[in-house]
Amino acid sequence: MPKDSGIGASSKRREDVRFLTGTGQYTDDINIHGQTYVYFLRSDVAHGKINNIDTSAAAAMPGVVRIFTGADFEGIGSIPCGWQVTDRHGEPMQEPAHPVLAQGKVRHVGDPIAAVVAESLEQARDAAEAIDLDIEELPAVVDMKAALSDGATKVHDDLSSNLCYDWGFVEENKGAVDEAIKNAAHVTTLELVNNRLVANPMEPRVAVGDYNRANDESTLFTTSQNPHVIRLLMGAFVLGIPEHKLRVVAPDVGGGFGTKIFHYAEEAFCTFAARQINRPVKWTASRSEAFMSDAHGRDHVTKIELALDADNNFTAVRTETYANMGAYLSTFAPSVPTWLHGTLMAGNYKTPLIYVNVKAVFTNTVPVDAYRGAGRPEATYQLERVIDKAARELGVDPIALRRQNFITEFPYATPVAVEYDTGNYPATMDKLEEIADLSGFDARRKASEAKGKLRGLGVNCYIEACGIAPSNLVGQLGARAGLYDAATVRVNATGTISVMVGAHSHGQGHETAFPQVVAEMLGIDENMIDIVHGDSSKIPFGMGTYGSRSIAVCGSAMVRATEKIINKAKKIASHLLEASEADIELKDGQFSVAGTDKSVAWGDVTLAAYVPHNYPLEDIEPGLEETAFYDPSNFTYPSGAYACEVEVDPETGKVTIERFAAADDFGNVINPMIVTGQVHGGIGQGIGQALLENCAYDENGQLLSASYMDYAMPRASDVPFYTVDHSCQTPCTHNPLGVKGCGEAGAIGSPPSVVNAVVDALQSGGHNVTHIDMPVSPSRVWAAMNNA
Amino acid sequence: MTNISMTVNGKTVSGEVEGRTLLVDFLRNDLRLTGTHVGCDTSQCGACTVHVDGVAVKSCTMLAAEADGADVATIEGQAGADGSLNTIQAAFQEHHGLQCGFCTPGMVMAAADLLKNNPKPTEAEIRHHLEGNICRCTGYHNIVKSIMAASGQDVSQLAAE
Amino acid sequence: MYNFDFEKPSTIADAVAALATEDAQALGGGQTLLPTMKQRLASPSKIVSLSGISEMQGVCKGDDGSVCIGGATTHATVAASASEYPALAALASNIGDPAVRNRGTIGGSLANNDPAACYPSAALASGATIVTNARQIAADDYFQGMFTTALNEGEIITEVRFPVPEAANYQKFEQPASRFAMVGVFVAKYADGVRVAVTGASEEGVFRWTEAEAALSADFSAHALEGLSVSGEGMINDLHGSGEYRAHLVKVLTKRAVAAC
Repeated sequence: MPKDSGIGASSKRREDVRFLTGTGQYTDDINIHGQTYVYFLRSDVAHGKINNIDTSAAAAMPGVVRIFTGADFEGIGSIPCGWQVTDRHGEPMQEPAHPVLAQGKVRHVGDPIAAVVAESLEQARDAAEAIDLDIEELPAVVDMKAALSDGATKVHDDLSSNLCYDWGFVEENKGAVDEAIKNAAHVTTLELVNNRLVANPMEPRVAVGDYNRANDESTLFTTSQNPHVIRLLMGAFVLGIPEHKLRVVAPDVGGGFGTKIFHYAEEAFCTFAARQINRPVKWTASRSEAFMSDAHGRDHVTKIELALDADNNFTAVRTETYANMGAYLSTFAPSVPTWLHGTLMAGNYKTPLIYVNVKAVFTNTVPVDAYRGAGRPEATYQLERVIDKAARELGVDPIALRRQNFITEFPYATPVAVEYDTGNYPATMDKLEEIADLSGFDARRKASEAKGKLRGLGVNCYIEACGIAPSNLVGQLGARAGLYDAATVRVNATGTISVMVGAHSHGQGHETAFPQVVAEMLGIDENMIDIVHGDSSKIPFGMGTYGSRSIAVCGSAMVRATEKIINKAKKIASHLLEASEADIELKDGQFSVAGTDKSVAWGDVTLAAYVPHNYPLEDIEPGLEETAFYDPSNFTYPSGAYACEVEVDPETGKVTIERFAAADDFGNVINPMIVTGQVHGGIGQGIGQALLENCAYDENGQLLSASYMDYAMPRASDVPFYTVDHSCQTPCTHNPLGVKGCGEAGAIGSPPSVVNAVVDALQSGGHNVTHIDMPVSPSRVWAAMNNA
Repeated sequence: MTNISMTVNGKTVSGEVEGRTLLVDFLRNDLRLTGTHVGCDTSQCGACTVHVDGVAVKSCTMLAAEADGADVATIEGQAGADGSLNTIQAAFQEHHGLQCGFCTPGMVMAAADLLKNNPKPTEAEIRHHLEGNICRCTGYHNIVKSIMAASGQDVSQLAAE
Repeated sequence: MYNFDFEKPSTIADAVAALATEDAQALGGGQTLLPTMKQRLASPSKIVSLSGISEMQGVCKGDDGSVCIGGATTHATVAASASEYPALAALASNIGDPAVRNRGTIGGSLANNDPAACYPSAALASGATIVTNARQIAADDYFQGMFTTALNEGEIITEVRFPVPEAANYQKFEQPASRFAMVGVFVAKYADGVRVAVTGASEEGVFRWTEAEAALSADFSAHALEGLSVSGEGMINDLHGSGEYRAHLVKVLTKRAVAAC
């Protein structure tokens, strides 16, 4: 029987009302009296030397307030990178400067050169066209392997090469892995591409900088997943504004998917310029601008080898990956192909020996950073594709091969340095076989063939590490910040509650799900509880929302703070009830004395805390407000099994997704409706990566997919209804809610099954196709069929 | 500058606009009706969908001057006077047809446009009708489900939750 | 957008007069022109909206039985009203998306002659007559390459007349991002022969596949196309598909169109 409130209830989302009635407040909806508008003049060449920028004519144009160039940012900090990776030889990565506005050189199409602040956006744009630019175009490096070749043009003249780092993991295992592969009964090798993607939250980025000269306070309204992180990075490293003079607000945010984690030049610019001109400065990205300024995702080129013994047990995995960093290091960029990728190469399997090599490369392209899943989709795709290929080469059932190699005992220490606390991979596979009706596939294939279509079935497993992350661990791995989170539970005199949380909700439904937890703990109505998020002036601290961490980390902080509230409230109740604190029980919003009918209601206790006439003032303070910081002791490890069925039109190569099923283990689930929605969305993006999306550059570094005219976003007609199940639940053992996180699973788990299904379909039609790179577009499928 | 007047959500409004002022800019900037959103600049995402004289249009691809004298409906006018959600809005909340909410006003307006002409659309008809409305959060599952539910169709068998 | 003056005349004569201004530009539904102007790729001094001209609206039947469509008629109206020519109505019902179809017009589409637009294939395959304020232009003379037509400066498409074929069908294979035609093929069978027009594929814009026309005029069946092939030479080669792929699609879609007739 489904619950109707508290943990496990599909409570309807309270935030929906404002979004459905047009009364949400997104950053672009904010207008401050006297605001100006900024237009960024961006590079139209991928690589060039700035000889001169003449702004004199532009400055005289109507409405222009001031024009800024890189020269105005001399002495201002560089946009910082938040993670330092150490290479195979113990050396730190190469870390170039990243100025707010280009200084000396432009390094990608879209690199901001000048910023025109004017009374209107169109005036700013008009003036930007009057800026006289003298930029000497230089050869661009786009291809990663070419960028590492001898004599390649350098993206950064002050670095020794275009290699950011050459990372080996686990370096000590390399020899043993090489040996195991040499001695294997069978080795399957696959070269593949994790295609470059653009996150494309539907709300483009916006920043509004404001400055109050009277108290020397700056405020930045921004489309961010983590306002405190922006305050930290921008305040401490770029502009030198101390925290107490800098407020960062992320109001309603229209999706993030990773790309709104990072600190961007435009945020620093608007904050800086507002101080300079003493007026608010607003920037709203157009979608075209977003394509050339939002951090991109993925863009890995990999060779993976899977070794098996004569009994088809996995004995070793070896990978070599080229990971594109783009022209500068975005906030978390170095961590994505390393710690968020290499540590996942065990997948769901007890492969004893694993070695991962990653060469991170600078190119004249937009910076690349975390996008939904961040490193984990790349790992999963490699592993689940090579396993599928191995099964075909060996003539064994791909599901059976996976089952044979599943990890079945927990906790399990992988050879890539993480410890899975719980999981039940056979159970999710069983569930998948049931919900996907795999036994009915043959009949469906025949029906497709009768229509002249090829039908394929693809299955894969995934595991991810999320709920990031233990601060001491990530500190050792190069993170330049802690990854705890914080919550303050403020109980008001009447018993209503505001919970200030460091996590930020931009579609995940925190405003609904978080109160369910507190309501469950206190036994009170969810509607008595509100969540406050997104404003650094209201929240104690927070590392924000990414890596499926909100409920696992920030939710745990909220639980800890609520426990403190309960402890104090019990003290108050014991005083009111004249009983021993140890005998006080809290149930359904009533404090009672165990074994008696004496009780006092939640509201009476909270009132006593604020009107302490009858109150143990000698023992405890008045008021009822508690804060907790929670630092996880491990990652969480959601896992699952996915199945995709496709039809391929053999005449055109067009692939249609006919069925898609996902069986996930997220541990305990707070709001099943929201969790299901997260999986749906992730699958939609995963299908997008697999079939449609491709961020492409030409050899000169020109962005070919620079708008929705050429970047194929999934539409409603591209996807089916999905069958989603998360009833397999092995609760996380190390956080108080037993939750694992669900935000990225769909995007991690879906691309391999789509491609596996396409290969299956083509082989069923007699085409000897063993791999097609994503996106598996009609033209690529047609080419593969005709070349095979 | 041109003087224009139109009916927006039942109220007569007027203003002075440049030739280049788009309808969406007039709604957002002059009327402060910020529920209508801009998600792209190539007329594809549909976040700006409103109704002009009873049909859906992309307000980012229509000049404000072209709407002079027109009857315009936006997301702000969809709920009842007492704030109660209309059938489509209520179905979106009931079936979790939105996440970040940014595409939602356009989705609701597109759905209303569909159901006016096709009161019981099939799944395929709904998906086809949403060709010009992009959502990045939901994978469309619950949007399609919400619209089916809003049209009075039984959606209980569509997917487990 | 650069700024411009705006006029919305109510007669063709007034529109022609308004367009006499230097750098004046006619505006149909604006579904292509406005995005182009937003990118600042066009800078007209004056925009002359054609949407207020009632004599350019609607679908009717001509004396010779042809379907006549006013130049300012939206795709949605054609889809709903061109029942005399079902293949044309079906094509209109699948252009862009519903909101685009409520604004975009046939005159605007044909005047722009986007190489991936749908309408040019229907006009060419039907041997339509493009009627302007000044003259009548046969479709075979009208399309002159990508974004190029026989229209003179300031000339307005007031009507398009489509002879109604015995059978016709349009097959569109969509480019995955823009959802314009990566290849679109319109096949129309008339008493005096079959016409096949292809959009989306060629660097020269819409064209007639004359070999297919000859084969189909002799034997109107998909089988009749078996021996034919289309060269990838001169076909658009981009991110979404090679010239060879587009050439291949031309044949596949032509067969499908014939089969669907």
